[in-house]
Amino acid sequence: MSAGKGPDSAARRRFVGGAAATLAGVAVAPGLLLFEVGQGAAATRVASSAVRWGLLVDTTLCGADCTACVEACRTENGLAAPTRPTDAQWIRKVELTDPYSGRTKSLPMMCQHCAEPPCVDVCPTAASFKRADGIVLVDRHRCIGCRYCMMACPYKARSFVHESLTGQKPDVPRGKGTVEGCTLCVQRIDRNEQPACVEACRKTGRGAMTFGDLNDPKSEIAHRIRERTSVQVRADLRLDPGVRYQGL
Amino acid sequence: MAKLALREIEGRSAGYWTLFAALGALLAAGLLAAHYMETEGHIITGMDNQTVWGLPHVFAVFLIVAASGALNVASIASAFDKRWYKPLAPLSAWLAMALLVGGLAILVLDLGRPDRLVVAMTTYNFKSIFAWNMILYTGFLALAAVYLWTMLDRSVSRYTTLAGRAAFVWRLVLTTGTGSIFGFLVAREAYASAMLAPMFIALSFVYGLAAYLIAFVALYAGTGRALGEAVLARLAKLLGWFIVAALYFVAVFHLTNLYMAREIAVERFLLAGGGIFTALFWIGQVLLGSLVPLALVWHPRLNRSRGALAVAAVLVIGGGLAQMYVTIIGGQAWPLDLFPGYEVRSSFYDGVIHHYVPSLPEALLGIGGMALSALLVLLGVKFLKLAPESASAEALAAQAGAEA
Repeated sequence: MSAGKGPDSAARRRFVGGAAATLAGVAVAPGLLLFEVGQGAAATRVASSAVRWGLLVDTTLCGADCTACVEACRTENGLAAPTRPTDAQWIRKVELTDPYSGRTKSLPMMCQHCAEPPCVDVCPTAASFKRADGIVLVDRHRCIGCRYCMMACPYKARSFVHESLTGQKPDVPRGKGTVEGCTLCVQRIDRNEQPACVEACRKTGRGAMTFGDLNDPKSEIAHRIRERTSVQVRADLRLDPGVRYQGL
Repeated sequence: MAKLALREIEGRSAGYWTLFAALGALLAAGLLAAHYMETEGHIITGMDNQTVWGLPHVFAVFLIVAASGALNVASIASAFDKRWYKPLAPLSAWLAMALLVGGLAILVLDLGRPDRLVVAMTTYNFKSIFAWNMILYTGFLALAAVYLWTMLDRSVSRYTTLAGRAAFVWRLVLTTGTGSIFGFLVAREAYASAMLAPMFIALSFVYGLAAYLIAFVALYAGTGRALGEAVLARLAKLLGWFIVAALYFVAVFHLTNLYMAREIAVERFLLAGGGIFTALFWIGQVLLGSLVPLALVWHPRLNRSRGALAVAAVLVIGGGLAQMYVTIIGGQAWPLDLFPGYEVRSSFYDGVIHHYVPSLPEALLGIGGMALSALLVLLGVKFLKLAPESASAEALAAQAGAEA
């Protein structure tokens, strides 16, 4: 695949998806490809089902008043600071209070990148889709704006673009009348970088967020999950989110 | 015995054209509102990221549910072989199609990108109940059209029963699909119930028959054709039983929820402390939309009165819109329970009841869709032979006897 980066990253991602499907088509056996991805793909890696990208949030390290992750997300993805209920929020800080003890916790909440995403199930046009590497995305060229995914998402992770936008980032396609949500900074992941929220959290010195491949037992995230109990939000729904929380 | 003839209406009276112009104006206002919504975006509506489906969905889902129910009169004639109802069937099939088209028009124009309708029609995700519904809707229109054809064209009349049975089964599946749009939403406490599908079917019987009664009474009153008291009384009695069946499902739906600890808070919200939703449920849906019409249609004298029956039918439709408002808007007003057992707070309105105030364009779009349905009925009765020239009890009985 081409290493060149077009201005339209959705189209590029579609191409990547198409390329992945083609690769899958020439597999001689499940999981075994005839050839490796070319050397030229260093800058844009192909989504592979061998990988499951995930996030781990240690709520004991998350600061109640810290919104570094939220601000970094806005800067990276070109979102305005929300002032109205119609404004998009891809990631938000949620404060939990135990009504019995009064103890509080703070944590970031965003698309949980479920293995069994209800938004993908309900989307009539398959605009909501899950990439081979587990990232749940919306194809903005295919979304008709029916908002059924917003009704179906248990995490309130999606926003609808209620008005015309200007100044979108070239590699973060957004548009009026379509639904959007956390992409796990797919544009950064494809450049071998970490999501903006994770990077910002690390820069604050808290390091409450860890990003990595849940399928790779040697990854830092897998190691941390093995070391300490972590939970999935609304695990009862059996959606197998790719985002896990510790200290809940 | 001469066959009871089906006839178009003349459709040239001042009353006809006045109604036509009024409905046309409402439709035009709805289209303007939709255009405004598309150019400005949903920012001009009362919808936001909390209440994502607003007033247009209330009207649209109501019309779609009523559409399948409007086919009842025809189903009684063909699927259940009650010959007495046969002359009343063509209007029932046409009305069903008209209501569905009105509802779908609203749904499409409320999309964020209505210009991408072709995407919706060409790319299907077969796991999506929405995608199934698109097939169910188009199939319903096709089956109802074929059914109507077999009723209007004597050369294919031998297929009427078959087409009628197919349409009846299809309509049951269709309303199951409509109810399941909500029933499949596992994370929303007000929905996530298999009860919604049969409840929507029961409600469709009520709303559809009420819509039929309004069209039927208006057509006969407007043209001066004979309309027998006994005919009305029979339809009134049927409406009464449909209302009872719907109330039964509504009661079972809420009672089963009230038995589950995790559902008690949302039920308490909708049924007791939910402000507009509680008022719309008890006063709109239950009292004015069910109990008062029930009293009217079961009253031994009033159920023979056109006026009383028309009032009952209009009340039922008002109650139906109230029910949809409580179901659709009320269900979204209740916040998602992300962390059961915790109190939550965030910049994205987690843990709080959502307030929604519909805007004028939304209302106009919804009313415009209803006007489109009514306009289609008005055109249908003018250009198609949809209704018998007499709906007196004697004429219908004689027709039934002649065919027996």
